Amino acid sequence: MKRIVGVGVLVLGVLAPIVPLFVWAVSARWRYPALVPQEPSLRGLRLIVDPQTAAVRGVATSLAIAVAVTILASLIGLPAGRALGLHAFRGKRVIQLLLLAPALVPTLAVSLGMHVTFIRYGLADTVPGVVLAQLVPTIPYVTFVMASAFANFDGGYEQQARTLGAGSIRTLVSVTIPAVRPALVVAAYFAFLISWSEYVLTLVIGGGVVQTLPLLVFGYIQSADLTLAAALSLLFVLPPLLLVGLTSRYLTGQSGVALGFGRA
Amino acid sequence: MFFSGRPRFGERVQQRMGIILLLAPALVVVLVLFVGGFGHGVAQSFGYLPFLEGSQVGVDAYADLWRDAEVRAGIGLTVRTALLATVLSFVLGVAGALLIRSSRRGRRLLSLIFQANLPVPHLVGALCMLLLLSQTGAVSRLATASGLTDSAAGFPEVTGDGFGWSIVAAYVWKEAPFIGVVILAALSRGVADLEDVARSLGAGRWQRFRHVVLPVIAPGAAAASILVLAFTVGAYEVPYLLGRPFPAALSVVALQRYRDIDLESRPLAMAITVLLFLTVTLLAVGYLALADRLRRISR
Repeated sequence: MKRIVGVGVLVLGVLAPIVPLFVWAVSARWRYPALVPQEPSLRGLRLIVDPQTAAVRGVATSLAIAVAVTILASLIGLPAGRALGLHAFRGKRVIQLLLLAPALVPTLAVSLGMHVTFIRYGLADTVPGVVLAQLVPTIPYVTFVMASAFANFDGGYEQQARTLGAGSIRTLVSVTIPAVRPALVVAAYFAFLISWSEYVLTLVIGGGVVQTLPLLVFGYIQSADLTLAAALSLLFVLPPLLLVGLTSRYLTGQSGVALGFGRA
Repeated sequence: MFFSGRPRFGERVQQRMGIILLLAPALVVVLVLFVGGFGHGVAQSFGYLPFLEGSQVGVDAYADLWRDAEVRAGIGLTVRTALLATVLSFVLGVAGALLIRSSRRGRRLLSLIFQANLPVPHLVGALCMLLLLSQTGAVSRLATASGLTDSAAGFPEVTGDGFGWSIVAAYVWKEAPFIGVVILAALSRGVADLEDVARSLGAGRWQRFRHVVLPVIAPGAAAASILVLAFTVGAYEVPYLLGRPFPAALSVVALQRYRDIDLESRPLAMAITVLLFLTVTLLAVGYLALADRLRRISR
């Protein structure tokens, strides 16, 4: 009996808060204290399917930024993870702390100072500026997921490939990358998720000119247009949910990897 | 390789260079953007504003921190909501993970539901709590329908309140499953066997939890809670949307002062971000010390 109550609380606690979101997305009028909306509406759905609305431009901007951040963070974090996972060297702890710090320090604390710097170099209010800024919270996660993968990687395989005549690039493509592929998929997913959900960094660095999906959702909530806010939220949640389905076989069973969800 | 043992000097230099090259891109980004950006903020907090005439370098902004009623109230709200959310998420996360692990039927489905909101952005979580918990929200409607309240005002004010209840609720909804999943991952590695051994040696239920399960889940749970604590201290969207103008969270006050047209309030905005940084550091160090002490006692 106790266990049934526990399961009930868990399922209800996780899923119940999402229900009003779905209802609001298709309601025009839903005044208190009615339990069902007085008037249904397709306004919210139109916003997310009509290619002429701001929402679609928001999706395009968000997607472009998230893909660029994912690629860059992976390219930068992979070698750093290799150095930390595979090698022992003097000052390693300091480097580890330095590369982990951006995951712990509040984004806002960094973004204000970064904005001042970005204004000077003309990067404020631009998409490249936002991409650059979002590397800060993403690189720590990529680096540490890759470091834990390289800690279990046997460098001997690379030696063998070299002995058999493979060049550096060939060794990287046919030996190293396949060996760490699950971790790379997970790391890239986290980079995408963090970039896709990031609000305050985009707001400060993008100055309201770079309108990603979270900024649009926030705007609709502020103007109390709950129908559009709810509908756009559903679209906002969709890509991360689809991608988690695709990467789930790499996500389970690996300890510590789930830590990447900390920032989303 | 024919020769083993200590590599020659030349090889060591070469290896060292290789490591530096591997780390260089990440270090450049972190040093220039993160350390440089934060450093710029610190400089401005001490009044270093060369573009502003008559600005003086000094610690005025820090003195103002304690004089400013909004900042003082913000510290209270921020620390209160962050600590409460972290502790509640930890307790519920552990409970959820243990519940899922001990269920025989439907374990996969249950763990899937438990993790369903992990990829949901915090912004959406805040909107969900607004639609659920406000005085005209879903719970209030249910309360009226069942005769518990007779008007929207009869429902307790938990969104836009001074304490920050719905802020805590939004964090816990997101972070309890997060901590739970980290714990489930730690538990998946052969703990059941150890528990069987402990049971055959006569250990009771509480003893098994305390001496077998807890040491296994402690490192992951501690790391996850620190991330939660750090995130909740610095979060912006959740306290902005679910809180009210006064008292507001420190992050909300900081950004508001930063965007003030009057550049005079710039140093104070930056001083608040330094305060946020120090708060996260202090809470994390304190939390780690506490966890360490608990581990030593339980041994």
